[in-house]
Amino acid sequence: MRDEALAGENVGGRAAGATRAAAARAPGRLGRDLRLVARLDLVEALRARWFAVYATVFGAIVVLLFVFGLTESQILGFLGLSRLLVTYIQICMAVLPIFVLITTVRSVVGDREAGVFEYLLSLPVSLGGWYWGRLLARFVLVFVPVLLAMAGAAGWAVLQDIPVPWDLFGAYTGLLASLAWCFLGVGMLISSLARSTDVAQGAAFSVWLVLVLFLDLILLGVLVQERVSSDIVVAVALANPLQVFRTAAMMLFDPGLVLLGPSAFVILDAFGKAGYLVWAMLYPATLGCVCAAAGYAVFRRGDLP
Amino acid sequence: MIEVERCSKSFRRTQVLDDVSLVIPAGERAALVGANGAGKTTLIRCLLGEYECDGAVRLGGESPRAFRTRVLRRVGFVPQIPPPLKMPVGSLIRFAADLCGTDPRKIGEVAARLGLDVAALAPRAFSKLSGGQKQKLLIAVALREGVDVMILDEPAANLDPEARASFFELLARRDHGTTMLISSHRLDEVAALVHRVVEMDRGRVVLDDRIADSDALDARLRCRLELRREEPSAARVLREWGFRPTEAGTVWQGSVAAADRLRFFGMLARYSGLVADLQLRAGDGSDA
Repeated sequence: MRDEALAGENVGGRAAGATRAAAARAPGRLGRDLRLVARLDLVEALRARWFAVYATVFGAIVVLLFVFGLTESQILGFLGLSRLLVTYIQICMAVLPIFVLITTVRSVVGDREAGVFEYLLSLPVSLGGWYWGRLLARFVLVFVPVLLAMAGAAGWAVLQDIPVPWDLFGAYTGLLASLAWCFLGVGMLISSLARSTDVAQGAAFSVWLVLVLFLDLILLGVLVQERVSSDIVVAVALANPLQVFRTAAMMLFDPGLVLLGPSAFVILDAFGKAGYLVWAMLYPATLGCVCAAAGYAVFRRGDLP
Repeated sequence: MIEVERCSKSFRRTQVLDDVSLVIPAGERAALVGANGAGKTTLIRCLLGEYECDGAVRLGGESPRAFRTRVLRRVGFVPQIPPPLKMPVGSLIRFAADLCGTDPRKIGEVAARLGLDVAALAPRAFSKLSGGQKQKLLIAVALREGVDVMILDEPAANLDPEARASFFELLARRDHGTTMLISSHRLDEVAALVHRVVEMDRGRVVLDDRIADSDALDARLRCRLELRREEPSAARVLREWGFRPTEAGTVWQGSVAAADRLRFFGMLARYSGLVADLQLRAGDGSDA
Protein backbone atom coordinates (compact mmCIF):
# COMPACT_ATOMS: atom_id res chain seq x y z
CA MET A 1 0.00 0.00 0.00
CA ARG A 2 1.17 3.47 -0.73
CA ASP A 3 0.86 5.04 2.63
CA GLU A 4 3.04 6.58 5.21
CA ALA A 5 4.48 3.16 5.79
CA LEU A 6 6.14 2.84 2.42
CA ALA A 7 6.65 6.44 1.55
CA GLY A 8 10.11 7.73 1.23
CA GLU A 9 9.62 11.22 -0.04
CA ASN A 10 10.65 13.01 3.12
CA VAL A 11 14.26 13.31 4.12
CA GLY A 12 16.34 13.16 7.27
CA GLY A 13 16.32 11.11 10.44
CA ARG A 14 13.05 12.55 11.75
CA ALA A 15 11.27 11.43 8.59
CA ALA A 16 12.88 8.00 8.75
CA GLY A 17 11.70 7.63 12.34
CA ALA A 18 8.23 8.80 11.41
CA THR A 19 8.16 6.33 8.54
CA ARG A 20 9.12 3.46 10.86
CA ALA A 21 6.45 4.49 13.36
CA ALA A 22 3.89 4.77 10.60
CA ALA A 23 4.87 1.34 9.32
CA ALA A 24 4.10 -0.10 12.73
CA ARG A 25 0.65 1.51 12.73
CA ALA A 26 -0.13 0.76 9.08
CA PRO A 27 -1.62 -2.77 9.38
CA GLY A 28 -4.10 -1.68 12.05
CA ARG A 29 -5.09 1.38 10.08
CA LEU A 30 -5.44 -0.62 6.88
CA GLY A 31 -7.77 -3.04 8.61
CA ARG A 32 -9.85 -0.23 10.08
CA ASP A 33 -10.06 1.66 6.78
CA LEU A 34 -10.89 -1.52 4.92
CA ARG A 35 -13.76 -2.25 7.32
CA LEU A 36 -15.10 1.32 7.14
CA VAL A 37 -14.94 1.46 3.35
CA ALA A 38 -16.50 -1.98 2.95
CA ARG A 39 -19.35 -1.03 5.28
CA LEU A 40 -19.94 2.22 3.42
CA ASP A 41 -19.93 0.48 0.05
CA LEU A 42 -22.34 -2.17 1.29
CA VAL A 43 -24.75 0.43 2.64
CA GLU A 44 -24.61 2.35 -0.63
CA ALA A 45 -24.97 -0.72 -2.85
CA LEU A 46 -27.90 -2.12 -0.88
CA ARG A 47 -29.84 0.97 -1.96
CA ALA A 48 -28.71 0.73 -5.57
CA ARG A 49 -30.95 -0.52 -8.35
CA TRP A 50 -28.27 -2.72 -9.90
CA PHE A 51 -28.05 -4.75 -6.72
CA ALA A 52 -31.81 -5.19 -6.52
CA VAL A 53 -31.84 -6.44 -10.11
CA TYR A 54 -28.84 -8.69 -9.53
CA ALA A 55 -30.24 -10.28 -6.35
CA THR A 56 -33.65 -10.71 -7.98
CA VAL A 57 -32.13 -12.47 -11.01
CA PHE A 58 -30.48 -15.17 -8.92
CA GLY A 59 -33.47 -15.59 -6.65
CA ALA A 60 -35.74 -15.81 -9.68
CA ILE A 61 -33.54 -18.44 -11.33
CA VAL A 62 -33.92 -20.80 -8.39
CA VAL A 63 -37.66 -20.13 -8.10
CA LEU A 64 -38.11 -20.83 -11.81
CA LEU A 65 -36.13 -24.05 -11.57
CA PHE A 66 -38.44 -25.19 -8.79
CA VAL A 67 -41.54 -24.01 -10.64
CA PHE A 68 -40.56 -25.93 -13.75
CA GLY A 69 -40.19 -29.05 -11.65
CA LEU A 70 -36.51 -29.69 -12.17
CA THR A 71 -36.30 -31.43 -8.82
CA GLU A 72 -38.88 -33.95 -9.99
CA SER A 73 -37.42 -34.60 -13.45
CA GLN A 74 -34.80 -37.24 -14.06
CA ILE A 75 -32.24 -36.43 -16.73
CA LEU A 76 -28.93 -38.21 -17.22
CA GLY A 77 -29.60 -40.08 -14.01
CA PHE A 78 -29.94 -36.92 -11.89
CA LEU A 79 -32.95 -36.09 -9.82
CA GLY A 80 -33.79 -34.16 -6.70
CA LEU A 81 -31.67 -31.15 -5.81
CA SER A 82 -28.65 -32.47 -7.73
CA ARG A 83 -30.45 -31.84 -10.97
CA LEU A 84 -31.42 -28.35 -9.88
CA LEU A 85 -27.89 -27.52 -8.73
CA VAL A 86 -26.38 -28.79 -11.99
CA THR A 87 -28.71 -26.54 -13.95
CA TYR A 88 -28.21 -23.61 -11.59
CA ILE A 89 -24.44 -23.70 -11.85
CA GLN A 90 -24.61 -23.82 -15.65
CA ILE A 91 -26.80 -20.73 -15.61
CA CYS A 92 -24.44 -19.06 -13.12
CA MET A 93 -21.54 -19.64 -15.49
CA ALA A 94 -23.41 -17.73 -18.17
CA VAL A 95 -24.75 -14.91 -15.98
CA LEU A 96 -22.29 -14.38 -13.11
CA PRO A 97 -19.09 -13.33 -14.96
CA ILE A 98 -20.71 -10.72 -17.21
CA PHE A 99 -22.84 -9.39 -14.36
CA VAL A 100 -19.83 -9.09 -12.07
CA LEU A 101 -17.71 -7.48 -14.77
CA ILE A 102 -20.29 -4.91 -15.85
CA THR A 103 -21.08 -3.83 -12.29
CA THR A 104 -17.48 -3.86 -11.03
CA VAL A 105 -15.81 -1.98 -13.84
CA ARG A 106 -17.81 1.09 -12.89
CA SER A 107 -16.49 1.20 -9.35
CA VAL A 108 -13.16 3.00 -9.78
CA VAL A 109 -13.59 4.75 -13.11
CA GLY A 110 -17.25 5.58 -12.41
CA ASP A 111 -16.40 7.24 -9.11
CA ARG A 112 -13.55 9.08 -10.75
CA GLU A 113 -15.80 10.38 -13.51
CA ALA A 114 -18.57 11.37 -11.13
CA GLY A 115 -16.23 13.38 -8.90
CA VAL A 116 -16.66 11.11 -5.90
CA PHE A 117 -12.91 10.63 -5.45
CA GLU A 118 -12.17 14.32 -5.13
CA TYR A 119 -14.15 14.47 -1.92
CA LEU A 120 -13.96 11.01 -0.37
CA LEU A 121 -10.24 10.67 -0.98
CA SER A 122 -9.67 14.04 0.65
CA LEU A 123 -10.63 12.28 3.89
CA PRO A 124 -7.81 10.51 5.75
CA VAL A 125 -8.42 7.06 4.33
CA SER A 126 -5.49 4.94 3.17
CA LEU A 127 -5.55 4.08 -0.50
CA GLY A 128 -5.11 0.40 0.35
CA GLY A 129 -8.07 0.50 2.70
CA TRP A 130 -10.16 2.25 0.09
CA TYR A 131 -9.36 -0.09 -2.79
CA TRP A 132 -9.42 -3.43 -0.97
CA GLY A 133 -12.40 -2.38 1.12
CA ARG A 134 -14.40 -1.76 -2.01
CA LEU A 135 -13.27 -5.06 -3.49
CA LEU A 136 -14.29 -6.92 -0.35
CA ALA A 137 -17.70 -5.24 -0.29
CA ARG A 138 -18.22 -6.07 -3.95
CA PHE A 139 -17.38 -9.70 -3.30
CA VAL A 140 -19.97 -9.87 -0.54
CA LEU A 141 -22.49 -8.15 -2.77
CA VAL A 142 -22.02 -10.43 -5.77
CA PHE A 143 -21.52 -13.69 -3.94
CA VAL A 144 -24.10 -13.53 -1.15
CA PRO A 145 -27.17 -13.44 -3.46
CA VAL A 146 -25.79 -16.41 -5.42
CA LEU A 147 -25.12 -18.32 -2.23
CA LEU A 148 -28.43 -17.36 -0.63
CA ALA A 149 -30.35 -18.52 -3.69
CA MET A 150 -28.56 -21.87 -3.53
CA ALA A 151 -28.97 -22.11 0.25
CA GLY A 152 -32.64 -21.23 -0.13
CA ALA A 153 -33.06 -24.08 -2.59
CA ALA A 154 -31.31 -26.47 -0.19
CA GLY A 155 -33.50 -25.27 2.68
CA TRP A 156 -36.64 -25.77 0.65
CA ALA A 157 -35.45 -29.23 -0.39
CA VAL A 158 -34.90 -30.20 3.25
CA LEU A 159 -38.43 -29.06 4.09
CA GLN A 160 -39.84 -31.06 1.18
CA ASP A 161 -37.82 -34.18 2.05
CA ILE A 162 -35.87 -33.94 -1.19
CA PRO A 163 -32.34 -35.32 -0.71
CA VAL A 164 -29.67 -32.59 -0.63
CA PRO A 165 -26.20 -33.52 -1.95
CA TRP A 166 -24.19 -31.49 0.56
CA ASP A 167 -20.83 -32.48 -0.96
CA LEU A 168 -22.02 -31.12 -4.31
CA PHE A 169 -23.38 -28.04 -2.57
CA GLY A 170 -20.01 -27.38 -0.91
CA ALA A 171 -18.04 -27.90 -4.11
CA TYR A 172 -20.34 -25.60 -6.10
CA THR A 173 -20.07 -22.95 -3.40
CA GLY A 174 -16.29 -23.03 -3.63
CA LEU A 175 -16.31 -22.92 -7.42
CA LEU A 176 -18.76 -20.02 -7.53
CA ALA A 177 -16.81 -18.06 -4.91
CA SER A 178 -13.63 -18.56 -6.88
CA LEU A 179 -15.27 -17.55 -10.15
CA ALA A 180 -16.82 -14.44 -8.59
CA TRP A 181 -13.50 -13.37 -7.05
CA CYS A 182 -11.71 -13.95 -10.36
CA PHE A 183 -14.02 -11.67 -12.31
CA LEU A 184 -14.05 -9.10 -9.52
CA GLY A 185 -10.28 -8.88 -9.79
CA VAL A 186 -10.44 -8.61 -13.57
CA GLY A 187 -13.16 -5.96 -13.25
CA MET A 188 -11.14 -3.90 -10.76
CA LEU A 189 -8.08 -4.04 -13.02
CA ILE A 190 -10.09 -2.83 -16.01
CA SER A 191 -11.72 -0.16 -13.87
CA SER A 192 -8.35 1.13 -12.67
CA LEU A 193 -6.87 1.19 -16.17
CA ALA A 194 -9.81 2.75 -18.02
CA ARG A 195 -10.24 6.51 -18.22
CA SER A 196 -13.97 6.45 -18.90
CA THR A 197 -16.90 4.23 -17.97
CA ASP A 198 -17.71 3.60 -21.62
CA VAL A 199 -14.21 2.30 -22.31
CA ALA A 200 -14.30 0.19 -19.14
CA GLN A 201 -17.60 -1.41 -20.06
CA GLY A 202 -16.44 -2.04 -23.61
CA ALA A 203 -13.24 -3.65 -22.34
CA ALA A 204 -15.15 -5.77 -19.81
CA PHE A 205 -17.49 -7.02 -22.49
CA SER A 206 -14.53 -7.80 -24.77
CA VAL A 207 -12.76 -9.78 -22.04
CA TRP A 208 -15.89 -11.78 -21.36
CA LEU A 209 -16.41 -12.40 -25.08
CA VAL A 210 -12.83 -13.60 -25.56
CA LEU A 211 -13.16 -16.01 -22.64
CA VAL A 212 -16.46 -17.30 -24.00
CA LEU A 213 -14.91 -17.74 -27.44
CA PHE A 214 -12.13 -19.78 -25.88
CA LEU A 215 -14.61 -22.24 -24.42
CA ASP A 216 -14.06 -25.72 -25.82
CA LEU A 217 -17.03 -25.77 -28.10
CA ILE A 218 -15.97 -22.79 -30.18
CA LEU A 219 -12.39 -21.68 -30.45
CA LEU A 220 -10.80 -24.83 -29.15
CA GLY A 221 -12.60 -26.60 -31.99
CA VAL A 222 -11.00 -24.20 -34.43
CA LEU A 223 -7.60 -24.68 -32.83
CA VAL A 224 -7.86 -28.43 -33.19
CA GLN A 225 -9.08 -28.07 -36.78
CA GLU A 226 -6.01 -25.93 -37.56
CA ARG A 227 -3.79 -28.72 -36.15
CA VAL A 228 -2.45 -26.70 -33.27
CA SER A 229 -0.46 -28.74 -30.75
CA SER A 230 -2.69 -30.49 -28.23
CA ASP A 231 -0.51 -29.09 -25.43
CA ILE A 232 -1.43 -25.58 -26.51
CA VAL A 233 -5.09 -26.49 -26.72
CA VAL A 234 -5.06 -27.94 -23.21
CA ALA A 235 -3.01 -25.00 -21.90
CA VAL A 236 -5.56 -22.56 -23.32
CA ALA A 237 -8.35 -24.53 -21.70
CA LEU A 238 -6.57 -24.58 -18.37
CA ALA A 239 -5.82 -20.86 -18.52
CA ASN A 240 -9.38 -19.82 -19.26
CA PRO A 241 -11.15 -19.42 -15.89
CA LEU A 242 -14.53 -19.93 -17.54
CA GLN A 243 -13.40 -23.19 -19.08
CA VAL A 244 -11.79 -24.30 -15.84
CA PHE A 245 -15.05 -23.61 -13.98
CA ARG A 246 -17.10 -25.32 -16.66
CA THR A 247 -14.95 -28.44 -16.70
CA ALA A 248 -14.94 -28.68 -12.89
CA ALA A 249 -18.71 -28.22 -12.74
CA MET A 250 -19.06 -30.91 -15.37
CA MET A 251 -16.73 -33.21 -13.46
CA LEU A 252 -18.94 -33.06 -10.40
CA PHE A 253 -21.79 -34.80 -12.17
CA ASP A 254 -19.73 -36.61 -14.82
CA PRO A 255 -16.57 -37.81 -12.99
CA GLY A 256 -15.20 -39.50 -16.11
CA LEU A 257 -15.71 -36.34 -18.16
CA VAL A 258 -17.36 -38.39 -20.87
CA LEU A 259 -19.09 -35.26 -22.14
CA LEU A 260 -15.76 -33.49 -22.66
CA GLY A 261 -14.30 -36.01 -25.09
CA PRO A 262 -10.65 -37.06 -25.48
CA SER A 263 -9.18 -34.03 -23.71
CA ALA A 264 -10.65 -35.47 -20.53
CA PHE A 265 -7.82 -38.00 -20.52
CA VAL A 266 -5.22 -35.25 -20.40
CA ILE A 267 -7.00 -33.49 -17.51
CA LEU A 268 -7.62 -36.64 -15.50
CA ASP A 269 -4.11 -38.00 -16.12
CA ALA A 270 -2.43 -34.75 -15.18
CA PHE A 271 -4.60 -33.71 -12.23
CA GLY A 272 -6.95 -36.47 -11.16
CA LYS A 273 -10.46 -35.53 -10.05
CA ALA A 274 -9.52 -34.04 -6.68
CA GLY A 275 -6.49 -32.27 -8.11
CA TYR A 276 -8.52 -30.67 -10.84
CA LEU A 277 -11.14 -29.46 -8.38
CA VAL A 278 -8.39 -27.85 -6.32
CA TRP A 279 -7.01 -26.25 -9.49
CA ALA A 280 -10.49 -25.05 -10.44
CA MET A 281 -10.87 -23.30 -7.11
CA LEU A 282 -7.34 -21.98 -6.63
CA TYR A 283 -6.50 -20.85 -10.15
CA PRO A 284 -9.42 -18.43 -10.73
CA ALA A 285 -9.04 -17.08 -7.19
CA THR A 286 -5.32 -16.54 -7.73
CA LEU A 287 -5.93 -14.93 -11.10
CA GLY A 288 -8.45 -12.61 -9.43
CA CYS A 289 -5.91 -11.69 -6.75
CA VAL A 290 -3.19 -10.99 -9.32
CA CYS A 291 -5.52 -8.82 -11.41
CA ALA A 292 -6.80 -6.97 -8.34
CA ALA A 293 -3.23 -6.35 -7.13
CA ALA A 294 -2.26 -5.04 -10.57
CA GLY A 295 -5.34 -2.80 -10.49
CA TYR A 296 -4.31 -1.48 -7.10
CA ALA A 297 -0.80 -0.73 -8.36
CA VAL A 298 -2.33 1.30 -11.21
CA PHE A 299 -4.84 3.00 -8.91
CA ARG A 300 -2.32 4.23 -6.34
CA ARG A 301 0.32 5.23 -8.87
CA GLY A 302 -1.49 7.87 -10.85
CA ASP A 303 -3.81 10.81 -10.31
CA LEU A 304 -6.73 9.80 -8.11
CA PRO A 305 -9.67 11.97 -9.27
CA MET B 1 1.32 25.83 6.96
CA ILE B 2 0.97 25.25 3.21
CA GLU B 3 4.11 25.10 1.07
CA VAL B 4 4.14 24.70 -2.67
CA GLU B 5 7.57 24.65 -4.27
CA ARG B 6 8.02 24.83 -8.03
CA CYS B 7 4.93 22.75 -8.63
CA SER B 8 4.11 21.84 -12.22
CA LYS B 9 1.39 19.61 -13.56
CA SER B 10 0.49 18.59 -17.09
CA PHE B 11 -2.33 16.55 -18.53
CA ARG B 12 -0.93 15.05 -21.71
CA ARG B 13 0.30 18.12 -23.59
CA THR B 14 -1.61 20.70 -21.59
CA GLN B 15 0.37 22.46 -18.87
CA VAL B 16 -2.12 23.17 -16.09
CA LEU B 17 0.29 24.26 -13.35
CA ASP B 18 3.50 25.97 -14.40
CA ASP B 19 6.22 26.27 -11.77
CA VAL B 20 3.90 27.46 -8.99
CA SER B 21 5.51 28.43 -5.69
CA LEU B 22 3.49 29.55 -2.71
CA VAL B 23 3.85 29.66 1.05
CA ILE B 24 0.88 30.28 3.32
CA PRO B 25 2.04 30.48 6.94
CA ALA B 26 0.08 28.98 9.81
CA GLY B 27 -2.93 31.08 10.75
CA GLU B 28 -3.11 32.98 7.47
CA ARG B 29 -6.26 33.15 5.36
CA ALA B 30 -5.59 33.37 1.65
CA ALA B 31 -7.95 33.65 -1.29
CA LEU B 32 -7.12 31.67 -4.40
CA VAL B 33 -8.81 33.43 -7.28
CA GLY B 34 -8.75 33.17 -11.03
CA ALA B 35 -10.92 32.47 -14.02
CA ASN B 36 -12.13 29.00 -14.91
CA GLY B 37 -9.17 26.97 -16.14
CA ALA B 38 -6.63 29.05 -14.24
CA GLY B 39 -5.41 25.98 -12.34
CA LYS B 40 -7.10 26.50 -8.95
CA THR B 41 -8.74 23.10 -8.74
CA THR B 42 -5.59 21.33 -9.94
CA LEU B 43 -3.54 23.12 -7.28
CA ILE B 44 -6.08 22.15 -4.62
CA ARG B 45 -5.96 18.51 -5.74
CA CYS B 46 -2.16 18.60 -5.53
CA LEU B 47 -2.47 20.02 -2.01
CA LEU B 48 -4.79 17.15 -1.09
CA GLY B 49 -2.32 14.62 -2.49
CA GLU B 50 -4.78 13.53 -5.14
CA TYR B 51 -2.57 14.47 -8.08
CA GLU B 52 1.02 13.55 -8.74
CA CYS B 53 3.00 16.65 -9.67
CA ASP B 54 6.51 17.85 -10.24
CA GLY B 55 8.06 19.92 -7.48
CA ALA B 56 7.08 19.64 -3.84
CA VAL B 57 3.85 20.14 -1.94
CA ARG B 58 3.86 20.08 1.85
CA LEU B 59 1.19 20.63 4.47
CA GLY B 60 2.59 21.07 7.94
CA GLY B 61 5.98 20.05 6.56
CA GLU B 62 4.83 16.71 5.15
CA SER B 63 3.86 15.54 1.69
CA PRO B 64 0.13 14.82 1.46
CA ARG B 65 0.86 12.19 -1.17
CA ALA B 66 3.41 10.24 0.85
CA PHE B 67 1.89 10.72 4.30
CA ARG B 68 -1.71 11.00 3.19
CA THR B 69 -3.67 9.76 6.19
CA ARG B 70 -1.63 11.70 8.73
CA VAL B 71 -1.70 14.90 6.69
CA LEU B 72 -5.34 14.66 5.63
CA ARG B 73 -6.45 14.12 9.21
CA ARG B 74 -5.51 17.78 9.74
CA VAL B 75 -7.18 19.04 6.56
CA GLY B 76 -10.78 20.13 6.15
CA PHE B 77 -11.90 20.30 2.54
CA VAL B 78 -15.09 21.60 0.98
CA PRO B 79 -15.37 20.99 -2.78
CA GLN B 80 -17.03 23.42 -5.12
CA ILE B 81 -19.36 20.74 -6.51
CA PRO B 82 -20.72 18.31 -3.92
CA PRO B 83 -20.04 14.70 -4.92
CA PRO B 84 -23.02 12.62 -6.12
CA LEU B 85 -22.91 10.22 -3.17
CA LYS B 86 -25.82 7.80 -2.92
CA MET B 87 -25.03 6.79 0.63
CA PRO B 88 -27.29 7.94 3.48
CA VAL B 89 -26.31 11.15 5.24
CA GLY B 90 -25.89 9.28 8.52
CA SER B 91 -23.47 6.82 6.94
CA LEU B 92 -21.40 9.60 5.42
CA ILE B 93 -21.09 11.37 8.77
CA ARG B 94 -20.19 8.16 10.58
CA PHE B 95 -17.63 7.28 7.89
CA ALA B 96 -15.95 10.69 8.07
CA ALA B 97 -16.05 10.75 11.87
CA ASP B 98 -14.59 7.24 12.19
CA LEU B 99 -11.79 8.04 9.75
CA CYS B 100 -10.96 11.31 11.44
CA GLY B 101 -11.30 9.97 14.97
CA THR B 102 -13.96 12.48 15.93
CA ASP B 103 -17.42 12.24 17.43
CA PRO B 104 -20.20 12.21 14.80
CA ARG B 105 -22.41 14.16 17.21
CA LYS B 106 -19.99 17.07 17.03
CA ILE B 107 -20.32 17.14 13.26
CA GLY B 108 -24.08 17.17 13.79
CA GLU B 109 -23.73 20.11 16.19
CA VAL B 110 -21.78 22.14 13.63
CA ALA B 111 -24.38 21.23 11.01
CA ALA B 112 -27.09 22.43 13.38
CA ARG B 113 -25.32 25.78 13.72
CA LEU B 114 -25.61 26.06 9.95
CA GLY B 115 -29.32 25.25 10.11
CA LEU B 116 -29.12 21.58 9.10
CA ASP B 117 -30.97 18.96 11.13
CA VAL B 118 -28.75 15.94 10.62
CA ALA B 119 -30.92 13.59 12.67
CA ALA B 120 -33.89 14.20 10.41
CA LEU B 121 -31.82 13.80 7.26
CA ALA B 122 -29.77 10.78 8.41
CA PRO B 123 -31.65 8.13 6.36
CA ARG B 124 -31.81 10.24 3.20
CA ALA B 125 -29.35 9.75 0.37
CA PHE B 126 -26.78 12.55 0.25
CA SER B 127 -27.47 13.01 -3.46
CA LYS B 128 -31.13 13.76 -2.69
CA LEU B 129 -30.30 16.81 -0.54
CA SER B 130 -30.57 20.33 -1.91
CA GLY B 131 -27.40 22.14 -2.96
CA GLY B 132 -27.42 24.21 0.22
CA GLN B 133 -27.96 21.20 2.46
CA LYS B 134 -25.08 19.34 0.82
CA GLN B 135 -22.80 22.35 1.25
CA LYS B 136 -23.72 22.70 4.92
CA LEU B 137 -23.01 19.06 5.60
CA LEU B 138 -19.63 19.16 3.84
CA ILE B 139 -18.73 22.31 5.76
CA ALA B 140 -19.73 20.62 9.02
CA VAL B 141 -17.42 17.69 8.23
CA ALA B 142 -14.61 20.06 7.23
CA LEU B 143 -14.94 22.03 10.48
CA ARG B 144 -14.40 18.95 12.62
CA GLU B 145 -11.96 18.83 15.53
CA GLY B 146 -8.26 18.50 14.86
CA VAL B 147 -8.32 20.41 11.57
CA ASP B 148 -5.72 23.16 11.24
CA VAL B 149 -5.64 23.50 7.45
CA MET B 150 -8.83 24.35 5.63
CA ILE B 151 -9.14 24.20 1.87
CA LEU B 152 -12.45 25.60 0.78
CA ASP B 153 -13.59 25.77 -2.83
CA GLU B 154 -16.42 28.32 -3.15
CA PRO B 155 -17.67 27.21 0.26
CA ALA B 156 -20.50 29.69 0.73
CA ALA B 157 -21.85 29.72 -2.82
CA ASN B 158 -24.98 27.68 -2.06
CA LEU B 159 -25.70 28.96 1.44
CA ASP B 160 -28.53 31.26 2.47
CA PRO B 161 -27.60 34.51 4.29
CA GLU B 162 -28.26 33.11 7.74
CA ALA B 163 -26.17 30.01 7.11
CA ARG B 164 -23.39 32.16 5.64
CA ALA B 165 -23.33 34.30 8.77
CA SER B 166 -23.11 31.14 10.92
CA PHE B 167 -20.39 29.83 8.64
CA PHE B 168 -18.36 33.03 9.11
CA GLU B 169 -18.80 32.74 12.87
CA LEU B 170 -17.60 29.16 12.79
CA LEU B 171 -14.58 30.19 10.73
CA ALA B 172 -13.89 32.99 13.21
CA ARG B 173 -13.63 30.43 16.00
CA ARG B 174 -10.85 28.84 13.99
CA ASP B 175 -9.19 32.12 13.29
CA HIS B 176 -6.15 31.50 15.47
CA GLY B 177 -3.67 29.01 14.09
CA THR B 178 -5.82 27.59 11.31
CA THR B 179 -4.49 28.10 7.81
CA MET B 180 -7.20 28.69 5.23
CA LEU B 181 -7.09 28.62 1.46
CA ILE B 182 -10.39 29.78 0.02
CA SER B 183 -10.84 29.37 -3.69
CA SER B 184 -13.23 31.36 -5.82
CA HIS B 185 -13.45 32.61 -9.36
CA ARG B 186 -14.59 35.99 -7.98
CA LEU B 187 -12.57 37.98 -5.49
CA ASP B 188 -15.60 39.85 -4.17
CA GLU B 189 -17.05 36.56 -2.93
CA VAL B 190 -14.17 35.94 -0.57
CA ALA B 191 -12.35 39.25 -0.14
CA ALA B 192 -13.85 39.90 3.28
CA LEU B 193 -12.69 36.52 4.56
CA VAL B 194 -8.98 36.74 3.81
CA HIS B 195 -5.73 38.59 4.54
CA ARG B 196 -4.14 37.81 1.25
CA VAL B 197 -5.05 37.27 -2.38
CA VAL B 198 -3.30 34.85 -4.72
CA GLU B 199 -4.48 35.13 -8.30
CA MET B 200 -3.80 32.44 -10.85
CA ASP B 201 -3.95 32.62 -14.61
CA ARG B 202 -3.11 29.83 -17.03
CA GLY B 203 -1.35 27.79 -14.38
CA ARG B 204 0.83 30.55 -12.94
CA VAL B 205 0.57 32.82 -9.93
CA VAL B 206 0.15 36.28 -11.44
CA LEU B 207 -0.65 38.23 -8.28
CA ASP B 208 0.23 37.59 -4.65
CA ASP B 209 -0.75 40.52 -2.50
CA ARG B 210 -1.94 41.32 0.99
CA ILE B 211 -5.21 43.14 1.44
CA ALA B 212 -6.12 45.66 4.09
CA ASP B 213 -7.06 44.07 7.37
CA SER B 214 -10.69 43.21 7.24
CA ASP B 215 -13.25 43.05 10.00
CA ALA B 216 -13.29 40.09 12.29
CA LEU B 217 -14.91 37.15 10.54
CA ASP B 218 -17.80 37.09 12.98
CA ALA B 219 -18.40 40.89 12.97
CA ARG B 220 -21.92 42.02 12.10
CA LEU B 221 -23.19 45.30 10.71
CA ARG B 222 -26.47 46.74 11.93
CA CYS B 223 -28.52 47.90 8.99
CA ARG B 224 -31.50 50.19 8.48
CA LEU B 225 -33.04 50.30 5.05
CA GLU B 226 -35.80 52.59 3.88
CA LEU B 227 -37.69 51.78 0.70
CA ARG B 228 -39.69 54.22 -1.38
CA ARG B 229 -42.68 51.90 -1.46
CA GLU B 230 -43.71 48.40 -0.48
CA GLU B 231 -42.54 45.74 -2.88
CA PRO B 232 -43.42 42.07 -2.24
CA SER B 233 -40.37 40.57 -3.97
CA ALA B 234 -37.97 42.89 -2.11
CA ALA B 235 -39.80 42.10 1.16
CA ARG B 236 -39.38 38.38 0.56
CA VAL B 237 -35.65 38.70 -0.11
CA LEU B 238 -35.12 40.97 2.91
CA ARG B 239 -36.89 38.45 5.12
CA GLU B 240 -34.51 35.78 3.81
CA TRP B 241 -31.68 38.02 5.01
CA GLY B 242 -33.30 38.14 8.44
CA PHE B 243 -34.67 41.71 8.16
CA ARG B 244 -37.94 42.80 9.77
CA PRO B 245 -40.22 45.71 8.75
CA THR B 246 -40.77 48.41 11.34
CA GLU B 247 -43.02 51.07 9.79
CA ALA B 248 -45.68 50.31 7.26
CA GLY B 249 -43.45 47.86 5.44
CA THR B 250 -41.11 50.51 4.02
CA VAL B 251 -38.47 50.65 6.77
CA TRP B 252 -36.55 47.46 7.43
CA GLN B 253 -34.00 46.67 10.11
CA GLY B 254 -31.63 43.78 10.52
CA SER B 255 -27.97 42.88 10.55
CA VAL B 256 -25.55 41.63 7.96
CA ALA B 257 -22.37 39.62 8.52
CA ALA B 258 -19.51 42.01 7.77
CA ALA B 259 -17.92 39.39 5.58
CA ASP B 260 -21.12 39.19 3.60
CA ARG B 261 -21.58 42.87 2.89
CA LEU B 262 -20.58 42.76 -0.77
CA ARG B 263 -23.07 40.00 -1.39
CA PHE B 264 -25.69 42.07 0.47
CA PHE B 265 -24.96 45.06 -1.76
CA GLY B 266 -25.22 42.76 -4.76
CA MET B 267 -28.67 41.71 -3.64
CA LEU B 268 -29.63 45.31 -2.94
CA ALA B 269 -28.48 46.39 -6.40
CA ARG B 270 -31.45 44.52 -7.84
CA TYR B 271 -33.74 46.91 -5.96
CA SER B 272 -31.62 50.06 -6.15
CA GLY B 273 -34.52 52.07 -7.59
CA LEU B 274 -36.50 51.33 -4.43
CA VAL B 275 -33.86 52.35 -1.91
CA ALA B 276 -34.57 55.73 -0.28
CA ASP B 277 -32.03 55.44 2.56
CA LEU B 278 -29.43 52.95 3.75
CA GLN B 279 -27.45 52.95 7.00
CA LEU B 280 -24.85 50.38 7.97
CA ARG B 281 -23.20 50.59 11.37
CA ALA B 282 -20.54 48.42 12.92
CA GLY B 283 -21.28 46.79 16.26
CA ASP B 284 -19.53 49.68 18.06
CA GLY B 285 -21.84 52.21 16.42
CA SER B 286 -19.40 53.65 13.87
CA ASP B 287 -20.46 54.01 10.25
CA ALA B 288 -19.36 51.09 8.12
